[in-house]
Amino acid sequence: MGERKVTVTSEVGLHARPAATFVQTAAKAAFDVTVAKAGGKPVNAKSILSVLALDVRQNESIVIEAEGEGADELLDRLAEIASAP
Amino acid sequence: MAARDGREPVGGTGSGSTEPGDTRSGSTSPGDTAGPRVLSGTGVSPGTGYGPVYVVVGGIPEPDRRGRHDGDAAAERARAKDALERVAADLEARGARAGGEAEEVLFAQAMMARDPGLADEVSRLIGQGVSAARAVFEAFGGYRELLVAAGGYLGERAADLDDIRDRTVAVLTGLPMPGVPDHADEPFVLVARDLAPADTALLSKDVVAAFVTEQGGPTSHTAILARSMGVPAVVGCAGATTLPPGTPVLVDGGSGEVRPSPSAEEVGRARAAEEARRAVLSAATGPGATADGHPVPLLANIGGPRDLEAALAYGAEGVGLYRTEFLFLDRDTAPTAEEQEAAYRPVFEAFPGGRVVVRTLDAGADKPLAFLPPSEEEPNPALGERGVRMFRRHPGIMATQLAALAAAAEGTTAEVEVMAPMVATAAEAEWFAAACREAGLRRPGIMIEVPSAALRAADLAGAVEFFSIGTNDLTQYALAADRQVSAVAGLQNPWHPAVLDLVVLAASAAASASPQGKGCGVCGEAAADPALACVLVGLGVTSLSMGAPALPWVRAALGRHTLEQCAAAARAARSAVSAAGARDAARAELPGLAALAL
Repeated sequence: MGERKVTVTSEVGLHARPAATFVQTAAKAAFDVTVAKAGGKPVNAKSILSVLALDVRQNESIVIEAEGEGADELLDRLAEIASAP
Repeated sequence: MAARDGREPVGGTGSGSTEPGDTRSGSTSPGDTAGPRVLSGTGVSPGTGYGPVYVVVGGIPEPDRRGRHDGDAAAERARAKDALERVAADLEARGARAGGEAEEVLFAQAMMARDPGLADEVSRLIGQGVSAARAVFEAFGGYRELLVAAGGYLGERAADLDDIRDRTVAVLTGLPMPGVPDHADEPFVLVARDLAPADTALLSKDVVAAFVTEQGGPTSHTAILARSMGVPAVVGCAGATTLPPGTPVLVDGGSGEVRPSPSAEEVGRARAAEEARRAVLSAATGPGATADGHPVPLLANIGGPRDLEAALAYGAEGVGLYRTEFLFLDRDTAPTAEEQEAAYRPVFEAFPGGRVVVRTLDAGADKPLAFLPPSEEEPNPALGERGVRMFRRHPGIMATQLAALAAAAEGTTAEVEVMAPMVATAAEAEWFAAACREAGLRRPGIMIEVPSAALRAADLAGAVEFFSIGTNDLTQYALAADRQVSAVAGLQNPWHPAVLDLVVLAASAAASASPQGKGCGVCGEAAADPALACVLVGLGVTSLSMGAPALPWVRAALGRHTLEQCAAAARAARSAVSAAGARDAARAELPGLAALAL
């Protein structure tokens, strides 16, 4: 199981455009991808509504998990999106 | 029914803004005519709009709670999937046609319609025998609750979700899609409980004269899109949807006033003001300066980070008065340094390289704080223990605020200046400036609002880096006219030559306090009056700070007069014996005001 822990630095948190880009990217994967707030319950990273409802604010940390062919590349890409200012 | 649970109307968003005509004659107060009741809300997109009411019916009825399908779950799932996909495709198509900010919003909505989590929940409910329409309604309801519970930005996204839900239910039950006409013979005033992005995306200024919604706050889509369209908007306007369709209404997107069936004269006056406003706004750009190029930085008065957007939109070069009271009000304990720092930093970051003048806590017996009780009963709070006097008794509160300011300024490029209110003596100025420097704040200043400080400004100027004149309090104290007592309101006029004399004393003391001169700004209401602003510059004031909506007017007025014309107007005003006389004499020296319809 691949995992990335990143801090969201965008001023709007993981909402609005960053959330949309994040979910669109996750949705391209053939395997399951989850995202959770540090210590929280993971949700489907391909679901915009679930990701929004996590209510990740600026400077909060998230954990992204995935397993499958190409999971590492996808996780790197998602981590990059989530941590972009 | 499509209950669009909005947020509480946010009051006071427009407070702190000052109409440019405050001290002009001939302005009318709201509600001075008979006729239908004037409604009011929060103005979130300035300007005047006039047209017949068009009420958007949010009326997609809630699908029957006991609605069941006929047993073929697979077919019912396919119907639900098709309906969601149709709505998503329609939203995308609208987004592509609308472009810009609306496109982004509508594409995000399309993603919500295609959400796999939502589809799973719909599928699960249909598996239990629930009809597709009811399943969609309930599945959205779960997410809706999460967003509303989160509040703020997410809470306001609940309207987006409701819109997708209503569209999908409409497809499934054969109802027409909710919406707004995208063409009209005459621009209408769009009235709704709340508006969804899909409602507003295809609208243009040719169709909509103004938006009025009962719900929504300053960050609702209605507010954001109205501002990007340049269409006036009022949100949080209770009772708006009870306006009969077709009623002509006059909407003021600055003050938040919605006036049904206005007289022809009211409409004419509003239109003339609007035309003048647009002409001024389009012509007045760039840093403040007189016609002959003497720079006069134009800054904004703000009451918190939420006022930044307006300040930037109106072209403020910085902040001349950051009132910090909002951090301290309505609470039992003083805010922590961390909490304060978080409120200061975004303001410093908004003006890289620009000036931001922060006024330290201005509390007293007139606005008592739970953790700073007055030491005794004060029959006249205006003359009591307020401003810097309060700090002398509670140095810990001051130390925390100064430390938070220094920490927030760390790493930003804003030129942070900090000033104390209600300074009366040189000893107070020296004490405050020393505390600032000790906290690492290099540019301490004081407000000049007590006549003793103005009269002996030369004694105070050495201790600080700048003065900022608070004309409201300076007028109150110079004329001994309590601002809270309406019977003496006639004396509360910053045009009075006595006030102008005190301004000269302060400005000239600052100018001669160092070889290159120290700054002396004005941050009271007086700076927002374009004619008086010219006079203040003529008196030697070096910067002007005001409620953001007044900035374009003052910028335009200054740009139409030379420094010598301003000085001549200042001399004329000081030669008069009354406030009205001073104003008339000054205006006679300022010919450029007529072109601005001021």
